Amino acid sequence: MAKPSDLVQGTLDLLILRTVAPEPMHGWAIAKRIQQISQEVLQVQQGSLYPALHRLEQQGWIRAKWAESETGRQAKFYSLTAAGKKQLDEETAHWNRLSAAIDLVIAGA
Amino acid sequence: MRLLEKIRIRLQMLLHRGRESDRLNAELEFHIEQQIAENKAAGMNAEEARQTALRTFGNPATLREQARESWSWNGLEALTRDIRIGTRTLQRSPGFALTAILVMALGIGANVALFTLVRSVLLRPLPFLQADQLVGIFEAQSDGSFRDNIVAGGSFGVWQQHARSFSNLAITQERSYNLAGAGDQLPEVVKAQSASWTIFPLLGVQPALGRFFSSADDQPGANATVVLTWGLWKRRFAGDRSIVGRMVRIDDNAYTVVGVLPSWFAWPDSRVEFWTPLYHERSAALMQMFEAHNFDVVGRLKPGVTMQQASSDLNALQREIRREHPDGPVNDAVNLRSLVDAETYDVKTGLYALLGATGCLLLIACLNIANLLVARSASRVKEAAIRTALGGTRLRLIREQVVESTLLAGAGGLLGLLFAGGILQWLIHMREDIPRADAIHMDGVVILFAMAAILGCGLLAGLIPALSSRDTRVLTALQESSRSYTGERGRARLRQLLLALEVGLTVVLLVGAGLLLRSYSELRAADLGFAQRNILTMEMNLPKSSYSSGDRRLAFDEQLLSRVRALPGVQAAGLTTVIPGEGYGRNDVFTIREHPPLQRGQVLSSLTRFVDPGYFGTLQIPLTEGRNFESGDRLDHAQVVVVNQELVREYFPNEDPIGRHVEADMVFPGQTLRIVGVAGNTRDEISHDPFPVIYYPMLSGDQRGIALIVRSRHDPAGIALSAQKAIASLDPQLPVSNVLTMEQILGQSSLDARFDATLLLAFAVLSLLLAMVGLFGVLSFMVAQRTTEIGLRIALGARREQIMQQMLRDGLKPALWGLLIGLGASAGVTRLIASLLFGTKPLDPAIFALVSITLLLVAAVACALPAWRASQLDPMQALRAE
Repeated sequence: MAKPSDLVQGTLDLLILRTVAPEPMHGWAIAKRIQQISQEVLQVQQGSLYPALHRLEQQGWIRAKWAESETGRQAKFYSLTAAGKKQLDEETAHWNRLSAAIDLVIAGA
Repeated sequence: MRLLEKIRIRLQMLLHRGRESDRLNAELEFHIEQQIAENKAAGMNAEEARQTALRTFGNPATLREQARESWSWNGLEALTRDIRIGTRTLQRSPGFALTAILVMALGIGANVALFTLVRSVLLRPLPFLQADQLVGIFEAQSDGSFRDNIVAGGSFGVWQQHARSFSNLAITQERSYNLAGAGDQLPEVVKAQSASWTIFPLLGVQPALGRFFSSADDQPGANATVVLTWGLWKRRFAGDRSIVGRMVRIDDNAYTVVGVLPSWFAWPDSRVEFWTPLYHERSAALMQMFEAHNFDVVGRLKPGVTMQQASSDLNALQREIRREHPDGPVNDAVNLRSLVDAETYDVKTGLYALLGATGCLLLIACLNIANLLVARSASRVKEAAIRTALGGTRLRLIREQVVESTLLAGAGGLLGLLFAGGILQWLIHMREDIPRADAIHMDGVVILFAMAAILGCGLLAGLIPALSSRDTRVLTALQESSRSYTGERGRARLRQLLLALEVGLTVVLLVGAGLLLRSYSELRAADLGFAQRNILTMEMNLPKSSYSSGDRRLAFDEQLLSRVRALPGVQAAGLTTVIPGEGYGRNDVFTIREHPPLQRGQVLSSLTRFVDPGYFGTLQIPLTEGRNFESGDRLDHAQVVVVNQELVREYFPNEDPIGRHVEADMVFPGQTLRIVGVAGNTRDEISHDPFPVIYYPMLSGDQRGIALIVRSRHDPAGIALSAQKAIASLDPQLPVSNVLTMEQILGQSSLDARFDATLLLAFAVLSLLLAMVGLFGVLSFMVAQRTTEIGLRIALGARREQIMQQMLRDGLKPALWGLLIGLGASAGVTRLIASLLFGTKPLDPAIFALVSITLLLVAAVACALPAWRASQLDPMQALRAE
């Protein structure tokens, strides 16, 4: 697999919610963190990241706050809201069910 | 909590859009900076780090757009942006914008006005409880010879007793009464309705004051009672609440006011001043006759009963009536119409034809604007290509075009609504004969219609040019120099197609207008058979109480004539009961004594007129045979009649009518009348051929409703006052009504025809103008596009006439196609207005030919200038122009 696979539609939301769950983070850091943790397999394109962040914010799942970044510059930090927490749990459960099912099919075939 | 949070975010996005936008920029910038920092850390120099960062980041504008799309209100924002762009584009070409807006305003205004009229008059239910149950009932003939005959009292009596489909039935008649003056008020003749007492319960109306008639009031022996309309109560009695129970003098009798109608009640129209109970007003004998057709009948269907069921119910009854009364003019069928239809069916075709015409006009206006926009989009091909290259989607470009045309339509529509108000006022003013005129006003549905018209126009005018611009070949468009002509061919063809449609619609309008105009001029030119110039007429109604005997009526008639004839300026004066040109008036059946008895069920019928010896001379109606009435034909010696030529033609073919005898029991019961003369035919309703008429002697003193006819030397209006003074000197209490010149009477009766024709002609001329502008525009555009080519051809030796000819051919082609389409469509459509035509046919070849010639001439004129300009091109300049 030479090219990082495109994120399955809808899973980006799950990844973002999961990534900002422990602590508030700005867009750049979210992309980097996803990349690191997935060991460079998942690369989030800016073209999808920022629309997704704004969409989640409009939904009320994450909340944005302007704060000083580690470089001392003002940056927009996203954090999980209560509703976002619930959404994250739901989507995680959903994802687990789905991937387990897919595993079963692949193993059984 | 969630909901509140969402609302907060929404509000923030709506109210602080600018700030959010800045923050988005800052956020993206921050991202790029982080990337640059990382690149530097990886060992790149500053410039390289920046370049790479930007490259990985992609097009920041697109990214910004995409992020913004996830914001709420994005659609709204895009719309306001498009509107702003559209407004600016239109401001840049104010001439085009203004023309387009005006054209739209005219089109939409006329449509809204006509729609309001059609809706108010034809479509909106009457303002009564469950108005869909109300029907108008007419007598009819099962062979189809009569459809909407008014009803005889006897038939109504049978229906009321035996019909099972109706919860209630009522019978009405329009009357006119003399309302006596009181105090400083003058006596006046007023329009009123007499009706059976059931009418108000049937309609479901409650009195504003007092009560309505009871069944006891509605009988021959009862005390005279009257119900006032709100208008009369306010006008004559100053809204005095103590009016109930008071006496009013009507036709010289005392009537007790029992109630007042509510202010909204204007049925059958607002000119009715009061109501009287019919069975009290008319003789019991008349109300029981099956032959005397005098009345209108209204019914309320029982819940759940359909019009068909009611119709077959009544038809069975009426067939039975005919079986029992095989003699005389008794109808054998009935015709039911919904009450709205019963009141408006005679204006329906005209109104729908006008609405159709305004629809065509609006369509033409839209096509024209679409055409102009296509031309403009042609000159903006490069702009569109550049924007496509920069990432503008096709949808965006289309949307912008549609928004622009909708802006035009919207501005035009708002202006049009103002127009519509004015047009409506004018229409109501012009057409006083329109039924339900008082119900005409714009309401929510009309506003919705206007909005739909605006949106429809905007979409139509915007989508055609938008879809015509193909953005697939961005590069070609960018490279294409204006020297090349081929790329524009498709667009030119589209414009030609639009033009052909426009011309086609114009032809339809022109043909319609031509037919109606022809009808109108035929109407005016129809030989009416009587003098029309310098004729003055006025009507009066001798009250029964003070003119109870034939002697007294005769004395009034003769004194009136001698006084009027003595007035200066008067050439002749006569009396009649029905003024020709004002309609048929009364008709009666008769028999001819010398002829064998008629078969059962057959009747002879003629119009009934009473005239004095001076009548024929005054109206210059020739006597072709026999003699006129003489002053000796009076009172008991009045057993003579004069008939008209039509009656002779129909009932005395190949026979000398003079000296024959007729018997007309409805007019002179039990008497035999000798025919002494034959008079020329007159047309009593202009659009119909003459009917048989029997003239009875006025000097019999039989009639109380009389019309005075005066022929003067000069302007007849001048003697109106002195004639009225002469009447007042005879009887100061006698009101005079309808003082009209013959021109006014005839003008009124050909009013619809003139009105429809004038309006349609106006529309047709307007659309012709639009089509002309369209042709001119398209050809000018094509010439401009082909300047280089034409220059080249001239330089290569093409003669200027050839160039001109070719351009003319190109320009006239759509006009020719349009003409063909239009003539074909007209042939189909004009049949629909056949009932409005007089003296011409839907496929009148003269009109079709005239329209074709007019159209071709106009098209040639419109094309001549651009074609001539093309032929005058200086080849050197044309080639250098690039």
